[in-house]
Amino acid sequence: MGISIELEVNGASVSEEVEPRLLLAHLLREELGLTGTKIGCDTSQCGSCTILLDGQAVKSCTVLAVQADGSEITTIEGLANGEYHPMQQAFWDNHGLQCGFCTPGMIISCVDLLSTNPQPSEDEIRHGLEGNLCRCTGYHNIVRAVQTAAETMNG
Amino acid sequence: MAGESNGAAGFGSSIRRREDPELITGRAKYTDDLKLAGMVYCTILRSDYAHAGINSIDTSEAEALDGVLGVYTAKDIEASGVPGGVPVGWLLPGLKTPEHFMLAKDTTRYVGDGVAIVVAEDQYTAHDALELIYVDYDPRDGIADPKKATADGAPLVHDDAPNNIAFDWEIGDKESTDAAFANAAHVASLDIVNNRLIPNAMEPRAALADYNDITGELVLYMTTQNPHIHRLLMSLASLGLPEHKIRVIAPEVGGGFGSKIHHYADEAIAAWASMQVGRPVKWTATRTETYITDAHGRDHVTHGEMAIDADGRFIGLRVDTYAAMGAYLSTFAPAVPTYLYGTLMSGEYDLPAIYCHVYGVFTHTVPVDAYRGAGRPEATFIVERLVDEAARVTGIDPVEIRRRNFVAPDNFPYQTQVALAYDSGNYEGALDKALEAIGYDDFRTEQAAAREQGKYLGLGLSTYIEACGLAPSAVVGSLGAQAGQWESAVVRVHATGKVTVYSGCSGHGQGHETTFAQIVASALGVPYDDIDVVEGDTGSMPHGWGTYGSRSAATGGSAIASAAEKVVDKARTIAAHLLEAAEEDIEFEDGNFFVKGSPDQSQSLPDVALQAYLAHNLPKGIEPALEATSFYDPANFVYPFGTHIAIVEVCSQTGNVTLQRYLAVDDVGNVINPMIVDGQVHGGIAQGIGQSLYETAVYDDGANLLSGTMLDYAVPKAHFMPSFETDRTVTPCPHNPLGVKGVGEAGSIASPAAVVNAVVDALSPFGVTHIDMPVTSEKVWNAMK
Repeated sequence: MGISIELEVNGASVSEEVEPRLLLAHLLREELGLTGTKIGCDTSQCGSCTILLDGQAVKSCTVLAVQADGSEITTIEGLANGEYHPMQQAFWDNHGLQCGFCTPGMIISCVDLLSTNPQPSEDEIRHGLEGNLCRCTGYHNIVRAVQTAAETMNG
Repeated sequence: MAGESNGAAGFGSSIRRREDPELITGRAKYTDDLKLAGMVYCTILRSDYAHAGINSIDTSEAEALDGVLGVYTAKDIEASGVPGGVPVGWLLPGLKTPEHFMLAKDTTRYVGDGVAIVVAEDQYTAHDALELIYVDYDPRDGIADPKKATADGAPLVHDDAPNNIAFDWEIGDKESTDAAFANAAHVASLDIVNNRLIPNAMEPRAALADYNDITGELVLYMTTQNPHIHRLLMSLASLGLPEHKIRVIAPEVGGGFGSKIHHYADEAIAAWASMQVGRPVKWTATRTETYITDAHGRDHVTHGEMAIDADGRFIGLRVDTYAAMGAYLSTFAPAVPTYLYGTLMSGEYDLPAIYCHVYGVFTHTVPVDAYRGAGRPEATFIVERLVDEAARVTGIDPVEIRRRNFVAPDNFPYQTQVALAYDSGNYEGALDKALEAIGYDDFRTEQAAAREQGKYLGLGLSTYIEACGLAPSAVVGSLGAQAGQWESAVVRVHATGKVTVYSGCSGHGQGHETTFAQIVASALGVPYDDIDVVEGDTGSMPHGWGTYGSRSAATGGSAIASAAEKVVDKARTIAAHLLEAAEEDIEFEDGNFFVKGSPDQSQSLPDVALQAYLAHNLPKGIEPALEATSFYDPANFVYPFGTHIAIVEVCSQTGNVTLQRYLAVDDVGNVINPMIVDGQVHGGIAQGIGQSLYETAVYDDGANLLSGTMLDYAVPKAHFMPSFETDRTVTPCPHNPLGVKGVGEAGSIASPAAVVNAVVDALSPFGVTHIDMPVTSEKVWNAMK
């Protein structure tokens, strides 16, 4: 039996009938076509599916779609607003991505990190990204990207 | 939000990647992001047992579930008449090649072996149905340790491979090496386990197969590093469809590290399922499924010895290895612990006698195949650990013993005792640069002072060489490859002077669309933004061999350079005709053809292209249009080298290892894009640090995978890594047109030895001479006791 939910995704109202067990990640990807949110694991380790739910970074593979009823969601597709978000720009400028698969979730987590700690130290950045795995970059340029974005956003 | 339009984006520029705008906005489409009309989903039931007979499989309940279109077993695949094979693509003399069918027929041989297939209308139902398939297993003993598996009486993986030995291989000269040991003043000796790794590309493998039973054509979108190899093996071994009726497309691919080279059963199963149900079928691995299906890496048990004379010179190296193959021979598995391993045993050293013996061993585990570095990290680890152990037993400083034994800069080309001919190198150049940057002498002073205070610092060197840029086709053919290793390129100048480049490589994070365009921008003098690069579609470009073995720049880039040169040659002929001059008087500079000494009278490449397409006024014998194809077969491997240095602090209370600094000086030849090259180095180092400190696939005595989820296997996190210090020396490759080598694997080849050498150095006051990877605090703490 479907359950009716209403939520706002990237500024647009969405009404869906969903199975109670449907994961938010699958709602976004399969029902709404927002495939920028990736699924990289099944144990909530990798963070590729990270989105902003009411302004807070969550792993959408660990949230049921019905739990998101009434909430506001921002995915990677909703981050740019005419121009790239400073974090997106910083990832590009600093070569903070290679294969790009972890990137949407990583960028969202980095945005969340700076929203709670606008001027993090390198150590705070590295620990702040505890929940997001990248296999390509060795994190070196991701850290540089966050530092660059912090400068831009504080400037 | 636009592309790069500057004109300074040629060879050597750190231009930002053109791939990135789609990736940072979530617009790029990976295989699992694709949907086709009528698409259904496929899941695969996998053996929970390392080794079991299959008495029966009851699929009736699964079939009865609403939304299930079909449930299939090996019998159904056999009955369909397809070949159903999953073949090995590298043959060694005497290699045992037991049958590997797309699903287990009557025996499962590892946890993860495919047993049954479900096709259903949606992915939740497809997973539900797996729970409703009942398999009556007859559990048997399994074995995971490659050395123990060769013992008499060990459980057999395949009845026709006694003692589980898949091959018995050697390289070098046993007699002269034994003689060197008989004459040695010192012998350094180590027993080494090279830990089994799980690749963990962030994108799990996936396939979307669309078979059209009217045309007989299969379009297969899949996570691949080499679409043409997959098309070939799908056609010949698995599906039996004619090669020209299969189109393999690599959409965006989320990392590979080797794991997406291999031809697995799963993607063939998706294609076969599409042929059964007449609809597009998608299969996407869960992460846990990738842990028990993606080919693992490494897994060696080795005894290595170095013979040293009284002057501290290396006179012999002897290595004996048991290398796990897993339950079946994966695509290139036999090559990895042989020709990509034994051939690297000379390292950077002038070693007069080498003998390396390898048993390839079947075990009841996930198959083992190429993983970033593939054989070369294992070889480098042995050589560089033995060099440090040689320094210890002789009392010579690790830097000095390396200097004393390096192949000298004037000794190239250098023929090793293990087949390879190194074409160029300056090993002390990289070493000196690294020592200066790290402050070697100051470190030794600091280390001594720290020890006085009970603080244990260590410095580890890894002076590595590797052979990549795979590879001269005739050479690999003579060694058993069932494939060529040349690369293709098409450079097509359109009538308007815009350019499309097609490459047979298939990038998955390396930035080829950027770097290959940089090559062409410099070669043709065309603006970078006027050049597009297309890869990863067997329907679009000539046959190519894909991206792995740090080959794309050296082979694919060289093919592009060669095709671009042909374009310039043809354009020069046309330009000479248009300028009414002799061809030998025509110069080409910055995209313009002009008569020597009269640059004001010129024809630009776009001018010439337009004339080439109009074909109203072409010189006699010249065909219309302006494009060229090149099939470039390299003359030799390429040989990146360098010095990596790790500095660690070991906590004497907990055994915890902290990586304080990691410095790499690499020589990868000429550099197309320094920013991208640095990124490749970072990623490689991180995977090597992962191997040395964190990662390992653990099987229990019954061959059950204990580290079978991302929860249990330590994929490194950001705070596990230091910032990396990188630098370069540049010794161009002498035999390819760009002077480039390879960079994708260098970091993972060099770094494990640097880290472990550093830990052992830190622990030298405790008499520790070796610790196996991963060097966990538990192991260190026990070693200090």
